[in-house]
Amino acid sequence: MPEKNTDKTTVTAEKSGGAAAAEKRAVNRSDMSMAAWTWKEMKRNKVAYALIAPFMILFFIFTVIPVVLSLLLSFTTFNMLEWPDFVFMDNYVRLFLDDDIFVIAIKNTLIFAAITGPASYIMSFVLAWFINELAPKMRALVTLIFYAPSISGAVYLIWATMFSGDAYGYVNGILIYLGLISTPIQFFKNETFVMPLCIVVALWTSLGTAFLSFIAGLQTVDRSLYEAGAVDGILNRWQELWYITLPSMKPQLLFGAVMSITGSFGFGGIVTALAGFPSVNYSAWTIMHHLEDYGGQRFEVGYASAIATLLFLIMIGANLLVNKLLSKVGQ
Amino acid sequence: MAKLRTRKHRVVLNRSVGGDVGINTLLIIMGAFMFLPMLYVVLQSLKPFDELFVYPPRFYVVRPTLQNFSDLFTLMSDSWVPFSRYIFNTVLISVLGTFGNLVLSSMCAYAISKINFPGRGWMFEMIIKSLMFNTTVSSITNFITMTLLGWIDTYLAIIVPAFCSTLGLFLMKQFMDSSVSDAVLESARLDGASEFYTFLNIAMPMVKPAWLTLIVYSFQGLWNSGASIYIYSEQLKTFNYAISQIISGGVARAGASAASTVLMMIVPITVFVITQSNIIETMSTSGMKD
Repeated sequence: MPEKNTDKTTVTAEKSGGAAAAEKRAVNRSDMSMAAWTWKEMKRNKVAYALIAPFMILFFIFTVIPVVLSLLLSFTTFNMLEWPDFVFMDNYVRLFLDDDIFVIAIKNTLIFAAITGPASYIMSFVLAWFINELAPKMRALVTLIFYAPSISGAVYLIWATMFSGDAYGYVNGILIYLGLISTPIQFFKNETFVMPLCIVVALWTSLGTAFLSFIAGLQTVDRSLYEAGAVDGILNRWQELWYITLPSMKPQLLFGAVMSITGSFGFGGIVTALAGFPSVNYSAWTIMHHLEDYGGQRFEVGYASAIATLLFLIMIGANLLVNKLLSKVGQ
Repeated sequence: MAKLRTRKHRVVLNRSVGGDVGINTLLIIMGAFMFLPMLYVVLQSLKPFDELFVYPPRFYVVRPTLQNFSDLFTLMSDSWVPFSRYIFNTVLISVLGTFGNLVLSSMCAYAISKINFPGRGWMFEMIIKSLMFNTTVSSITNFITMTLLGWIDTYLAIIVPAFCSTLGLFLMKQFMDSSVSDAVLESARLDGASEFYTFLNIAMPMVKPAWLTLIVYSFQGLWNSGASIYIYSEQLKTFNYAISQIISGGVARAGASAASTVLMMIVPITVFVITQSNIIETMSTSGMKD
């Protein structure tokens, strides 16, 4: 954190003049226990707790407690009607050994995330880097063009029109006209095409927060570093990117990774809209769909909680792993 | 030795002509991939009925018409719940949810960024962790919470959880860290200003780009929200949900559905065009420490 050097243990009350001002200063910790010091600091900062309380209370109710509750419920048979029975790992055993569709779901989710996550991350960075070379007005326009699909709501449904299963679908029409196929392909009802198409559409909508963060990050790289680099023997833009730009942008790279990874697990809605619920032979069925099926439709909350807990662990795990890898960049 | 080259009256370092050509070519290809589907929606919405079904399909429009938009409004007025109700719902949810998120997030961001209280470290750590998973995870247990609160099938089930969305808080806190100087706040405190006064009158005016960004993000999310598992009543559903019903009407409504998509995307795109420079400014401090 920049310009945060007020170490609470060293700033002492004697520095300030009036008693009122002294009270605002951090308390010297050396002559009391940790708990007593913490309590004193908490009382001194009452107003801080008043400021965070409204947000934090809601954050606990709607985000923290649900995650913990999911974990607890995942060991039970809760169904919203009867008192839950404790069944320990039964739900998890059932998921992996007795639920063929879940195995499809986890496979599809991992394929989906492993492609869209890195691809959207790289695409966001590379395009931001290209755009950075443009003049300011052009840069704003091109940014808008790339960013627009991610904020335009259900506009991705146009892909359903373009790849529609009849001869009026743009792609089918062209292919038939060119004589490459004789009957229209039911793209979103075809096991071979449905996943790749959903991935393409997901990528189309994926230039979001990470992309903007990279665009902004590239602007803030210190220009003089490039000149210094040129003096020190940097020969082309690739070396400049590798030795100067990437290391200078590490904070944005970390933030962008979190946004891309979390996003790559959040495309369930697009798949549902394009491929249906369920998709043909579960060919694009993901963990999100499985969760919705058991939680939102069958009300097997215990079982759904096990799915939610696994999904949570996968997302957090992927994020922490990638953050660990990225923090090695430039070291 | 580094190479110098002049590009439009500007001397640039280490930029070969070949690289410039290659990069611009890739930029054009990717731009086409991103832009053509957007353009296609707009063109589809302007096509008269017979042009929507020509064979082979045509990308461009020959005789543009606004017929699809007027068809859309006819469809809307025929719907069981008046269409104005869907629009009212979306506007109400978006405005209230965004307002609450702005107020609560800025208070919290200020405290975490500028007040040294025990617990701020792990609280911020938790906010960061919350960015690492999406709301699907908590949707089932939140359903139980909503049932207990009696919020099922009310606006509250959508609006109140939006108050505690964390991305805006994160961006606001990062922006405050770098653009509100501690010295200014400290001197205000020494002059006897209350913490709340410094927050409202000193810190907030200095982070205008961040609160604009928060408003845009929150508003976009809520504006684009469709069917929710917490809402059953038709008259509480959103504009986006109603539009998706029209789109699922199939081939016969191809024109009206394109028109509705265009109407739906105009709002977020316009908002972004107006606020772009502020959002980029906020994003420049969005980085994370490892």
